[in-house]
Amino acid sequence: MLAYVIRRVFQSLLVLLVVGLVAFSMFRFVGDPIDNMLGQERTQADIDRLRTTLGLDQPFVVQYAKFLGNAAQGNFGVSYRQGRPVATIIKERAPATLELALVSGTLALVVGIGLGVFTAIRQGGIASNVIMTTSLIGVSLPTFLIGILLIYIFSVSLGWLPSFGRGDTVQIGGWSTGFLTASGLKALILPSITLGLYQMTLIMRLVRSEMLEVLRQDYIRFARARGLRERSVNFRHALKNTMVPVITVVGLQLGAIIAFAIITETVFQWPGVGLLFINAIQFVDIPVMAAYLMLISVMFVGINLIVDLLYFAIDPRLRIDGRHA
Amino acid sequence: MAEPVLSVRDLVVEIPTRHGLLKPVDGVSYDIAPGEILGVVGESGAGKSMTGNAVIGLLDRPARIGAGEIYLNGTRIDNLSLHALRKYRGKQIGMVFQDPLTSLNPLLPIGDQLTETIQEHLGVSNAEAHKRAVAALDEVGIPAAKERIGSYPHEFSGGMRQRVVIALALCAEPSLVIADEPTTALDVSVQAQIIALLKRLCRERGMAVMLVTHDMGVIAETADRVAVMYAGKLAELGPVRDVIGSPRHPYTDGLMGSTPLASKGKDRLHQIPGNMPRLGQLPTGCAFHPRCPYTQPACKEDPGPRLKTCDGRAACWFPLDAPQAAKGVI
Repeated sequence: MLAYVIRRVFQSLLVLLVVGLVAFSMFRFVGDPIDNMLGQERTQADIDRLRTTLGLDQPFVVQYAKFLGNAAQGNFGVSYRQGRPVATIIKERAPATLELALVSGTLALVVGIGLGVFTAIRQGGIASNVIMTTSLIGVSLPTFLIGILLIYIFSVSLGWLPSFGRGDTVQIGGWSTGFLTASGLKALILPSITLGLYQMTLIMRLVRSEMLEVLRQDYIRFARARGLRERSVNFRHALKNTMVPVITVVGLQLGAIIAFAIITETVFQWPGVGLLFINAIQFVDIPVMAAYLMLISVMFVGINLIVDLLYFAIDPRLRIDGRHA
Repeated sequence: MAEPVLSVRDLVVEIPTRHGLLKPVDGVSYDIAPGEILGVVGESGAGKSMTGNAVIGLLDRPARIGAGEIYLNGTRIDNLSLHALRKYRGKQIGMVFQDPLTSLNPLLPIGDQLTETIQEHLGVSNAEAHKRAVAALDEVGIPAAKERIGSYPHEFSGGMRQRVVIALALCAEPSLVIADEPTTALDVSVQAQIIALLKRLCRERGMAVMLVTHDMGVIAETADRVAVMYAGKLAELGPVRDVIGSPRHPYTDGLMGSTPLASKGKDRLHQIPGNMPRLGQLPTGCAFHPRCPYTQPACKEDPGPRLKTCDGRAACWFPLDAPQAAKGVI
């Protein structure tokens, strides 16, 4: 078990190193930031000076090593556009994205698993069929369209909910939260539905098909033959077995919620890291882009690691295999 | 004779399909007395497992009980709601499935699966349920039951798992056990142990056992009476020694001829020509007549022979060895 964990952590570091290389390569190969940073009235002396200040004149390997060293300490350099440290900018923006991801992730998980179990148990019922048909919308409509539709209905036509921004936020330490104000909570509703809808329907359909598969197993028949309550058969015996394959997908989807918040944040002008990234791309603000890339990959690698460890917690058969491996 | 534990009367299981109503079980009647083991044999698809599933109410949709009555200790159970039937499952009727590798929930320790069953039916405290779970494992011959109770199913061998399954089926002390091919998935050496275990528990507790199998050898060793099924109907029903020693239904006779145990001394095993007819294409009259070496014109006429309309043991118009119909005449 411990050997397995160490091996997985090592693999994760390797992945991060490779992603670091890709992120760093952007500095070298995606346009010249100097062009953007200095206006038309620049001299060669200005260009050289800035190049030296930013360390862009040093050899590739030295720059890469420096980049890694700094990144490991959370230092991603200075934003070309805003002229402030990238770490500070991201720290300001992160709470907005994380709160949005938390709400929509929870929504996707709770509703997705709940509806998945419901449609599996009541297979063939009218309610199940309606839910399954409706879920096709969630799977097939693109996120931005859902966002725009929701804005049109609930903001423009009905005027119930705000169409953009976070509403009022409260500062707690270095964290600005929208959970504590009415307008902050109201502002969360539409973006989190938009962001979580795809994941919700995906989780629901996955849970449903896995659960139907599990319900056909002999041990479920045997549990019924032993006279256990339906609730116990469905939730104690069936759901736990359903979760083993579902966890992988759910883990990756939760990562995707943060990563793909970009679109939702753009539609709702949500002041999070996703919007920051889009703006950075428009301006070729490479330090911000590189930092974002690193951040997302750290997150995905972390989630993968947690998912692998969760298998151990759920499936006793793996614990044995792990010990022998 | 004591009141039978299980009484099945004219049971019909039907499956509605686009091509009409199929009857995998058609007009089956039998009793099982306390402490008695009834063997149910037949080829695949003869309806033997369906009969067991119908008794415990675990027919997979769209199969359903079409007609007939099932009595357990005098109470009719075939028309109970799912909720009411649940109280009988496990408590009064225990069921052992074919494959011990898939019958146990892989994610729960066997102790948890035992205690949840015990608590569901007996409503005892946690400590008491745990004590009983250990005792149940002990009884089915799991060594070091106290230590192994926290083990997961994958930590046991196939034979040991089937013992656990039996412990689970019997932990609430049911009066009837339905064992659906309990030894088919096991090694031959382990089969004998499991059969011996079932026999011992049946004798000690006075349980009625319905032993579904296609293995004539297992029946010969274990059962008191045997019911031979063919195409959903009972072909022959009687004490195991009589049925095996002097079968009256030509199908039983053919089955015995194709079993190594019962036909020792012969060089080659006998084969019954042809296959069991598919449910949608049953012949008129006796379902066995196209394969029967002794077919007479009367065999093709509806209605076909039933136990009730014949001599009560074999559903055949011209039973073998019957005094009035010696083989030479047929």
